[in-house]
Amino acid sequence: MEELANLFHGFAVALQPYNIMLMIIGITLGVIIGVLPGLGGANGVAILLPLTFSMPPTSAIIMLSCIYWGALFGGAITSILFNIPGEPWSVATTFDGYPMAQQGKPGEALTAAFTSSFVGALFAVIMITLVAPLVAGFALRFGPAEKFAVYFLAFCSFVGLSKEPPFKTIAAMMMGFALAAVGLDSITGQLRLTFGVTELLNGFDFLIAVIGLFGIGEILLTMEEGLAFRGGNATINLRVVIQTWRELPTYWMTSLRSCLIGCWMGVTPAGATPASFMSYGIAKRLARRGNNFGKGEIEGVIAPETAAHAAGTSALLPMLSLGVPGSPTAAVLLGGLLIWGLQPGPMLFVEQKEFVWGLIASMYLGNLAGLIVVLTCVPIFAAILRVPFGIIAPLILVLCAIGAYSVHNSTFDVMLMLVFGVLGYLLKKCNYPLAPLVLAIVLGDKAEEAFRQSLLGSQGSLNVFFSNGLVSTIMVLGLVALFWSAIQEGYSRLRTSMA
Amino acid sequence: MKPFVLNVALAAIAMSCASSTASRAGWEPVRPVEFIVPAGTGGGADQMARTIQGIVTKHNLMKQPLVVINKAGGAGGEGFLDVKTSSGNPHKIIITLSNLFTTPLATGIPFNWKDLTPVAMLALDEFVLWVNAEKPYATVKDYVDAAKKAPSGSFKMGGTGSKQEDQIITVGIEKAIEAKFTYIPYKGGGEVAVQLVGNHVDSTVNNPIEAVAQWRGGKLRPLCVFDAQPMAYDEPIAEGKAWKDIPTCKSQGLAMEYLMLRGIFMSPKATKDQIEYFVELFKKVRATPEWQDFMKSGAFNTTFLTGADYAKWIEAEEKRHEGLMKDAGFLASAN
Repeated sequence: MEELANLFHGFAVALQPYNIMLMIIGITLGVIIGVLPGLGGANGVAILLPLTFSMPPTSAIIMLSCIYWGALFGGAITSILFNIPGEPWSVATTFDGYPMAQQGKPGEALTAAFTSSFVGALFAVIMITLVAPLVAGFALRFGPAEKFAVYFLAFCSFVGLSKEPPFKTIAAMMMGFALAAVGLDSITGQLRLTFGVTELLNGFDFLIAVIGLFGIGEILLTMEEGLAFRGGNATINLRVVIQTWRELPTYWMTSLRSCLIGCWMGVTPAGATPASFMSYGIAKRLARRGNNFGKGEIEGVIAPETAAHAAGTSALLPMLSLGVPGSPTAAVLLGGLLIWGLQPGPMLFVEQKEFVWGLIASMYLGNLAGLIVVLTCVPIFAAILRVPFGIIAPLILVLCAIGAYSVHNSTFDVMLMLVFGVLGYLLKKCNYPLAPLVLAIVLGDKAEEAFRQSLLGSQGSLNVFFSNGLVSTIMVLGLVALFWSAIQEGYSRLRTSMA
Repeated sequence: MKPFVLNVALAAIAMSCASSTASRAGWEPVRPVEFIVPAGTGGGADQMARTIQGIVTKHNLMKQPLVVINKAGGAGGEGFLDVKTSSGNPHKIIITLSNLFTTPLATGIPFNWKDLTPVAMLALDEFVLWVNAEKPYATVKDYVDAAKKAPSGSFKMGGTGSKQEDQIITVGIEKAIEAKFTYIPYKGGGEVAVQLVGNHVDSTVNNPIEAVAQWRGGKLRPLCVFDAQPMAYDEPIAEGKAWKDIPTCKSQGLAMEYLMLRGIFMSPKATKDQIEYFVELFKKVRATPEWQDFMKSGAFNTTFLTGADYAKWIEAEEKRHEGLMKDAGFLASAN
């Protein structure tokens, strides 16, 4: 019960007028940062971090975490309206969110996305409040082998659960792996596939690839199809929010499942991206209208958004209790903690109670404030789609270019974005799925690193992936997901032959 | 590209005006100064750069803003090459770590510290040998005995990056005690410390700031510090022990010393006035209480060097790294 008392004390801290003001400012800044693709949460927080040095630590972290929430909400807006995911974990949101917007239902898609984000984050915060000490230690069990198993599961569930022809999925994924291999090989410290080009030292950044493949590719496609944005006839009033809310409780099963997947993936420091993909993949298989996924199904928005935010929120737990950042943004926040003289680690919960519980209370309130801010803006966002394509397309192009430039302040990246745009267009024309490619760019080098670290530790023996209960279970789940279609078919054949 | 050219042209004009009219009064930045970090966000160099940025902002030490930019690609090579190609642009400084030496040696990118203008050494970062507190090794001797007894290669050392400082120290330890470790590279120091807490590796050589939280939490145990004398901080951290109480590795029979440079360089062809400006700036930064707190929290060695002394130190250190990396077989040409 001591925790609850602490939490209420935290609420009292977070509810001071000064802190509420910071909260609203933070959310608004965050949404703006999230809408600009490429700027992203990590960069935004890094840029604004110095502003907070003169504030008391609790107020500073409240503002920064609100920027973080705002950016998370903002990322969904561009994913749904323009098919441009601003963060890795919004990629899965585009699969059904963008088709919904094109069918004239951007309001529904946005409402579903925002609400699901809120639900996911809330679920994770409640979990943090109740079981923080129990769960914190769980992340310690994750060595390289366990991490690889989680990535393996993400890849497998994507190949096995996808409706696309598996070979096209695998081909696209392999292309992603090849792109992810460029740059410094972190295990040997050697440069790979850079051909002496300085710009390639850093490899291909996920954001550049995604802005090009999705954003520019989509504009090229739309141009070919006659310069019209579909979805211009969107209903734009606040009633849409209420209507969508009435519909949402019917998908409680998907929400709950996504919350659990998200929390689990967040605490095992695998992160929000695998969580969103996995949750989408599983929802596709298990939902009643799963076959319709990818054509504008509201559950296809709910599943990845809920999981991504549950994961993003619960990732703060290992950061605070162990000092391991679960995401780039968390890494910048971690830097902030150190500057304020707060040492993340096992002692933080003991020594800095006011700070920790103030932060947790601000997660509740910041999320709620964020939800209110973005929901009231839904009609405005949806109305963007009414602007004629001839006007909006150049604006999006400029936005994409700024986004690509701001990732590393490099004009080379803008060129690269255009190349990826053409590639995205060609792949779509040939019916290759883009998502596996993006997934491989995001997780490819991490998976490779974990794989090679495991083998270094085991001196080359593959048994390390089945060396304890935890890692074996995840690996087996991965294999089951990979061969799910085959298993299902085999099972139904068996049943017919029995009958 | 046009606005950029224009900017450079304007800056050049502004600079020439400034240097002609105000050469007696010294040089001052006329536009925002870029502070390049050749490492990722959240790491040691990044924390230091952002602390400096915070101090400069809070105490109004500069008239122009100081903007931190991470250029981590190619083990920092991206950042070094960026500054190298900004010849004559005094609005660009870079904070370095040991990758100043190790990255060009290991990857063969066309860069040497002599391409840049040395400004000042801010501090030296210590390295400490850590083990999990559950393990029975209480002293360096217990540890060395255990490492020698274990089958060759089964003793795992975790560290940050490949062919960089952590791995160099590991090779040094291997030589000193004639044992073979398996070195497992991770992306960041915090992650390395947690892997040690979770018993996924047997020991690490984390910097104090990366592992202090786990020490205080009773999860890790420091065995010795890779410096010539013990660290200077006598405030108790955990179990009544202070940084000062950690013996040097050499005194415990493990003959390896290593300190990491945390220093500032600026772009090539900087004038005396410009160097002087930044030296003075960092002197002011060092005098603030925030900086002293930061030094204490990371148990840094606070040696401050500028000018010829600094250059001499770097030169000696470069030779040493060349030797260490050659012995370890880490040189790019060796492949």
